Amino acid sequence: MKIYADNAATTKMSPAAVAAMVECLEKEYGNPSSLYALGQQARERLEKARGEVAAVIGAEPEEITFTSGGSEADNQALRSAAALGKKAGKTHLISSAFEHHAILHTLAALEKEGFTVTLLPVHEDGLVRPEELEAAIREDTCLVSVMYANNEIGTVQPIEALGAICRKRGVPFHTDAVQATGHLPIDVKAQNIDMLSASAHKFHGPKGVGFLYARRGLRLTNLIEGGAQERGKRAGTENVAGAAAMAAALKESAAAMEKNAAHMSVLRDRLIEGLKEIPHSALNGDARKRLPGNVNFCFEGIEGESLLLLLDDRGISASSGSACTSGSLDPSHVLLAIGRVHDVAHGSLRLTIGEDSTEEEIDYLIRNVREVVEYLRGFSPIWRDLMSGKKEFIL
Amino acid sequence: MALYSEKVMEHFRNPRNVGVIEDADGIGEVGNAKCGDIMRMYLKIENDVILDAKFETFGCGSAIASSSMATELIKGKPVAEAMKLTNKAVAEALDGLPAYKLHCSVLAEEAIQSALNDYYQKHPEKKS
Repeated sequence: MKIYADNAATTKMSPAAVAAMVECLEKEYGNPSSLYALGQQARERLEKARGEVAAVIGAEPEEITFTSGGSEADNQALRSAAALGKKAGKTHLISSAFEHHAILHTLAALEKEGFTVTLLPVHEDGLVRPEELEAAIREDTCLVSVMYANNEIGTVQPIEALGAICRKRGVPFHTDAVQATGHLPIDVKAQNIDMLSASAHKFHGPKGVGFLYARRGLRLTNLIEGGAQERGKRAGTENVAGAAAMAAALKESAAAMEKNAAHMSVLRDRLIEGLKEIPHSALNGDARKRLPGNVNFCFEGIEGESLLLLLDDRGISASSGSACTSGSLDPSHVLLAIGRVHDVAHGSLRLTIGEDSTEEEIDYLIRNVREVVEYLRGFSPIWRDLMSGKKEFIL
Repeated sequence: MALYSEKVMEHFRNPRNVGVIEDADGIGEVGNAKCGDIMRMYLKIENDVILDAKFETFGCGSAIASSSMATELIKGKPVAEAMKLTNKAVAEALDGLPAYKLHCSVLAEEAIQSALNDYYQKHPEKKS
C-alpha cells in the first residue's frame, strides 16, 4: 500500500488546478502588462483569480497581493509592519514561540536592525492565551503575528479573540495562515485580521505561488523592487498560471471544506486513538483544537529519522521533528516550545492525512507505525535502560 | 538522488550484530539522547582477539548503519587492530555518508574505542 501522509509538507495538485494552469500556459500566455488583446486576456485571468481568492477569505480583490508563496508573504507582512512602526516610533513586535521560520528568522533579522521582539509561550497544548497577548502589548508595539494553525502539531489558535484584542489596542494583526487556508473557515473582517499569508501548494494548488492579504489602507513595503505589478508592491511579471491554478484549488477547497473537515477529523481521531495504544507515546498538541488532518506523536526511546526511513520502505510518506531530519543538532523548535525535552522530541512523527484518505489507510498506518516503533525499540539502548528501570520514563 | 548509498540502506534495513552480549569483556557507550544518537557496543574478547561484537543504537539511519558496519569490521580482528579502526574506514565501507552524517561514523569509531578501553581497564595486564 502507498500512503501519502505528508499533506502539511505539500499536497497533490487538484485536477481543476492543473487544468487552469495548463490552460493559462497554452492559451493565455500574454504578459498582463501588454496592451494588446492577448496581454489583456492574461490580465483578466489574473484579476479573476484575485477576486476568487479574496472572496474565499472575505477580502476585497485589491487587498490581495500575489507572492511566490507563504514565506515571501510572511516576510513582506513583517517588513511592512516594521517599516510603518518605525515611522511612528514603534519598534516592538509580538509573535509566538513556535512560528514558522519564515516568521522567526525575519523577526531575528529585525532584532538585529534594532527592533525588540516578544515571543508568546504556546504552553503544553500548543495554544496561545489571549490574556497573555493582551498583557504583552505595549505602547510601542507595531505588530502582532500569530500563526492560524501550526505546521507541525496542527494546533489552531483563537484567531478571532487575538484579532479582537489587537483591534481594541490599535495594533495591526497578521496571521500566517499557510496551514489553515483552504482547510479552515477564514473571514478576515469578522476575525479582525489585518494581514494574512497563504501558500497555494498547501491546498492542492501549485508550488511557487501564494498571496498576502493586507487590509485596505495598510501600506505594504516592497521586498522586490522593479515594475509596477501588483499595485507597485511586488515587482516582476505576474505568475498568471500559478495564480489561476491557486484560485481554482482554493475555490474547490472552500466549497468542500465542511465535508472534508468532517471526513478527515473522524479519520484523524481514529489514527490518534490507534497510536495512543503504543506504550510510552504521547500526542503533541491539543487533541480537539487542531487541523482536521494533523496527527503528531512522540514515541519514547526511538529516533525519528530511522522511523521515517522504515515507514518509507512500507510505502508511507511521513515527517518528523527529529534533529536528523532538520539537518541541525536540535530537534524541532515547535516540540521544544510545547515543553517536550530533547530525548523525546527526537522521536516524533507527523502524519498529515488528506481528503482522500480512507479508514483502511488509517488502519495500515496504525499497524505499521506500531511495528516499526516496536522494532526500533528492540535495539535502542535508551529503551533498554527505561525498561530495566535504569532510566525513568518521561512519557 | 537518494539520501543514503545502497550500502548504508542495506545495513540500516538489515543491521548485523544487533543485540547484547551478557558476559561481555568490554562495554562502551557514546553519544547522548539530547543530540539524538547513542551507541552502545559489547565485545567478547579471547586471547586478544574480538570473538564477537554486538550493538544497540538509538539514532538515525546512518547511525544504525555505521554501528552495523563497525562491528562487522572488527569481528575476528586482534584488539590492537580494532583500536585503529577509523571513522573514515567505516564511512568508506558504507560507500560514503552525506557530509552532515559523518559524525555518525565518528561515533561508531568512538564507541568501539570506548568498549576496548573498558576491556583494558578490566584487564590492565593486556595493555602493553
